[in-house]
Parts: sequence; structure tokens; C-alpha cells
Amino acid sequence: MSDAPHSADQPSRGSLPDDRDIEAVIGLEVHAQLATRTKLFSGCAADFAPDEPNTRTDPLVLGLPGSLPVLNAAAFRMAVKVGLALNCEIARFCKWDRKQYYYPDLPKGYQISQYDLPVCGEGWLDIDAEEGVKRIGITRAHLEEDAGKNMHAGGVSKVDLNRAGTPLVEIVSEPDMSSAAEAKAYLERLKLLLTYLGVSDCNMQEGSLRCDVNVNFKISTADGAKATPIAEVKNLNSFRGVEAAIEFERTRQLEEFARTGETLNAGNKTTRGWDPDRQVTVPQRTKEEAADYRYFPDPDLVPVTLTEEAIEALRGELGEFPADRRVRIGEVWELSDYDAGVIIERGKPFADYYEEVAQTADDGKRAANWCTQDVLRDLSELNHEIDTFPIPAGTLGHLLKRVSAGELNTKAARDVYADLLSRPRGQNTPETVDAIIDERGLIAVTGGAELEAAIDDALANPKNAVAIETVRDGKQQAVGPLMGQVLKAVSGADPKTVRAMLLERIGGAG
Amino acid sequence: MAEPAANPQITREDVARVARLSRLAVKPGELKAFTNQLRAILGYVNLLDEVDTADVEPMAHAIEVRDVLREDVPTPMLPREAALANAPATDGEFFLVPQILGGSDTPSGK
Repeated sequence: MSDAPHSADQPSRGSLPDDRDIEAVIGLEVHAQLATRTKLFSGCAADFAPDEPNTRTDPLVLGLPGSLPVLNAAAFRMAVKVGLALNCEIARFCKWDRKQYYYPDLPKGYQISQYDLPVCGEGWLDIDAEEGVKRIGITRAHLEEDAGKNMHAGGVSKVDLNRAGTPLVEIVSEPDMSSAAEAKAYLERLKLLLTYLGVSDCNMQEGSLRCDVNVNFKISTADGAKATPIAEVKNLNSFRGVEAAIEFERTRQLEEFARTGETLNAGNKTTRGWDPDRQVTVPQRTKEEAADYRYFPDPDLVPVTLTEEAIEALRGELGEFPADRRVRIGEVWELSDYDAGVIIERGKPFADYYEEVAQTADDGKRAANWCTQDVLRDLSELNHEIDTFPIPAGTLGHLLKRVSAGELNTKAARDVYADLLSRPRGQNTPETVDAIIDERGLIAVTGGAELEAAIDDALANPKNAVAIETVRDGKQQAVGPLMGQVLKAVSGADPKTVRAMLLERIGGAG
Repeated sequence: MAEPAANPQITREDVARVARLSRLAVKPGELKAFTNQLRAILGYVNLLDEVDTADVEPMAHAIEVRDVLREDVPTPMLPREAALANAPATDGEFFLVPQILGGSDTPSGK
């Protein structure tokens, strides 16, 4: 840009380039733990069990001599599903390689991974970016085993091998994201997809989803485009961390560039870690010749092949993708894009819950209102997941059906809902709804002598004369205070009925 | 795959580097002997360069077996005491190793 302040010749030392001349270049490597019962290469249980360290091991996990790996078929099928959902080329032939490095959490002295023949090749994932839908390229996705966990405690490090050998799928993106917001959108979209596929719980706190960020910045200068050296920020385990690390790197790399003018070359990529307490990235002492992992094919494992039939069978098991489901429920139940988004993004079990409520009530909008407001609020207040929520979908659907049928007003429905919420889930059948309504006499009053009398009283009350006149002149909203009096006098009166009755009796221009 | 060099020029530096990556302590006096030995071994392996492999598929494994998988079914695990039995140091719950410095892969015990 010709009017940029640094355009005279060289970027002056100490001054930062103009924002408009800077573009982030971001690629992500995501490690997702697969939701198998057992580890990638042995029948050892794969649950994390952090409170019982070193109770999920066997000779293979410990790397004892003579133990031999055998591939977990479920983990392999899940990796193929991930590839299919990400539009990847699926390998008809893939193999296993040893990545060698020495670290206390890696008992064998190597990690079994896939080097040159990964199970999934190039693909893509669409995200919602500021300027619309943006397609992010996927470079590859492969299977590998996780390492154990190190904890540092006063002069010694403690090693727990429970996690060692659990199956991971590593998904590598192209450097196609150009802002922290896009990186976050990609991660959210990917996480949603993996949870809908049922291949990972993506629990970031437990480390089921971890992320390495490769980031640098392209700067347009008077003498052409320049790029800062790439930083790889390792092992981020929150979306907020990813965003904050990218923002921090932006400031750091641009300041560094202004100071040194150093640009990207083949040898100056650095590795950094994220310090969440100080909100900064810190240089990690680069692993000595870290790139030299001396990969070679693992002689203990044979290659895996896939037929067209096997791939198509797995494609048939993928289920509905969240993006498609969002469009469908929006159309079928006439939901706003916002409501459809809230329902889908809450996860598959919640979307299933919503759809069952909508179907039972035969009223998708009412179901959406209750699910996105009342149910979501109470899930978080009660700290429940939807599977253990006290009110099953069929029960809530039945309650809302009676509201839609005009048998119950919204206030009465809220009383029933609150009652159900205080009972154990097992008791809350649709019959319970009917019993509560009968017991409490909540059926909406849509007629009868009591209601007629209350309406007579309201119309005869001199205090209401002005309001009545206003309604008669065509301003229907003036009927509100009269409605309030009637509803107060007759408990359970149906507001819609009361309103219609009042307007009919007043008559006039309305 | 890169073409193998016709005459492998393994240097002492190469040997020292591989030893370091493998956490092997090689005395300076041994470097020359190992370098000569590795040269001889790689020179011998280089005989394979004389074979015409133009029409040969790259081999992924030495045996022609494919698709050995197991179902995702748990098998017995080791009790913790057994898992920790061979550990040089343990507190009864964890393997204990000399402190790992943040972010480094400094070999434990130096």
C-alpha cells in the first residue's frame, strides 16, 4: 500500500507495519483421542483413569520385550470415517512406521505412527468465515498412539502410562486460515463433526482434543511481500488458548520483524509452548535435531488394505453431518437459523432430544423455545448432561403437545415442568404429566360460568371505561389491563381465550 | 526415496550424531573404529544398487501378510505393582524419573 507509513523504503526499526498489510497464515494439527474401549495396539483398557495412575497397562504398553502389537479394528474404522467426513482420499493400502525419540513417557523409545502412507490423504472442511463459507484444505489424517503423561513434582518427574498407547487420529490442515477467528471456527466445526461421528468425545479438559498451531505473518512492504519465520505452538488444549496464542504471536512476530527484519527460511521455524497463566508463548528448547525421528516401517505390524466395498460400508455408517442436520431441522421445523445453530452446536444427543420433543409435540417452534431456553438453562444449573436430564424428551414433548392443543396455558406448563424437574427421571413418563395436570387442576379454563362472571366484572368496572373505549376505537392492545384482571380472578384461565372473549364483547372498530 | 550414494561417505560427525540421537555414549577414541565399521557395512549393503529394481514394487513389509486386526475387546491388564516392578524408582503409584525440564528432551540422568 503506497500510503502506508513505512513505505518510504525499509520498514523503520521499532515501527510496526500497518494492520492492513498483514495477513496471518495459520495451519492446525489436531490430535483427537478415538473413543475405543481398548488401546491402538493391545486389548488394554483405554479409559484415562487419571486418579488411578499406572493401572491401565500391559506388557505391550510398557514396551516389555517380546510383546507384539495388533491393530485395533475399531480405531482403524473410526479413522476412515474421519477421513470420509473430511472428504479425504482414503488409502487402499497403508502401513505403520516407527518415530524414534527418547522421553520418559514413551516406554518403547518410539511411537507407532504413519509416515508416508497415512490412512487419509487430502480433503477439506468448510467453515463459516467473516466473508462467508471458506474451504480449509486438509493435508492428511493418520492414526498413531499417544504417549503417557508426565507430572513435575519437586526435583523428580512422575510418569503415568495410563494414556500410553491410546489411539489418536492426527488431522493436519493446510495453512489456509488467516485469522484467530478462522482457526477457532475450524476447531469448532471439526470438534462438532467428530462428536457427531461418535469417534471422539473431544473433551479438551481431559486432553481428548489437543492442538498444535503453526503460525506466521505475511507482510506487504514497499519492496514486496515478506513472511515472518513460522512458530509452532504446541499442545494447546482450549479454543481460547488457540486464539490467544495466535494473537500473542502476531504481536511478538511483528515486533521481532520490526526489530530484526528476519524473514522465513527453511531453517528458522521455532517451537513454542503456551503458558495459560501468563497468556504468553514461550520458546521451548528446541529438541536437539528434533526433525530427525529416523522413521522406518515397523516390522511388527503388517500393512492394512481397504476394498471399495469396505469404504462404502463405512460411508454408510457416517450418519447425518451436523451442517446438513442444521439445514434440515431449520426447514422441517421452521426454525430460525440461530435456533437451529444452538440446537446443533450443543451436540448430537441434544439435537436428538430436541427432535424427539418436536416430533412428540408436533410443534417444532415451541419445542425449540423450551429446549434452547428452559432445558439448556436447567442443564447448566443442575450440571446434567441431556442423557441424565430429569425430563425425558417424550415427556416434555407430551407436555408441549397439550399446550399446543390449547389445553394448558404456558404458565401452567411451567408449573408442570418445574414439578417434573424435581422428580427422578425414572418417574417422569408422559402419564406423570397428565397426572400432575389433573391433580393440580391446571387444565386451561376456556369457558364456564366463573370465567363469564369475571369478564362481566371487568367490563362493568368503571375504572376500565377509558380502556374499553380505546379498544372500541381500534387499539386492541389496550385490552391488556382487562385481561390481567380476568386472569388474576380465574386461576388457569387461558389467556388467548380471555383475550378473544373480551374483544368480542367490546366489539367496535377492532 | 533418494538414490543411495554409490560410495557412502559416513563421517565421524554422522556417527557421533546418530549415537547422540540414540543416547549412546561413544568415547572419542571409539568414533574412528565405529565410523570404519559402519562404512564397511553400508558399503556392503550398497551391493544392492547393482540390482535393477525399475519394475519392482516398493516393499512395505518383508512378509506378504496383510490386514491383521483384532476386535476392540478388552484383555487382562497388569496390576500396578507388576507394572512398577522393574522401575528404577517409584513412589508406589508413579514411575519416578529425574526431573524433566520444561519443553526440553534432555535425556534423563544426563
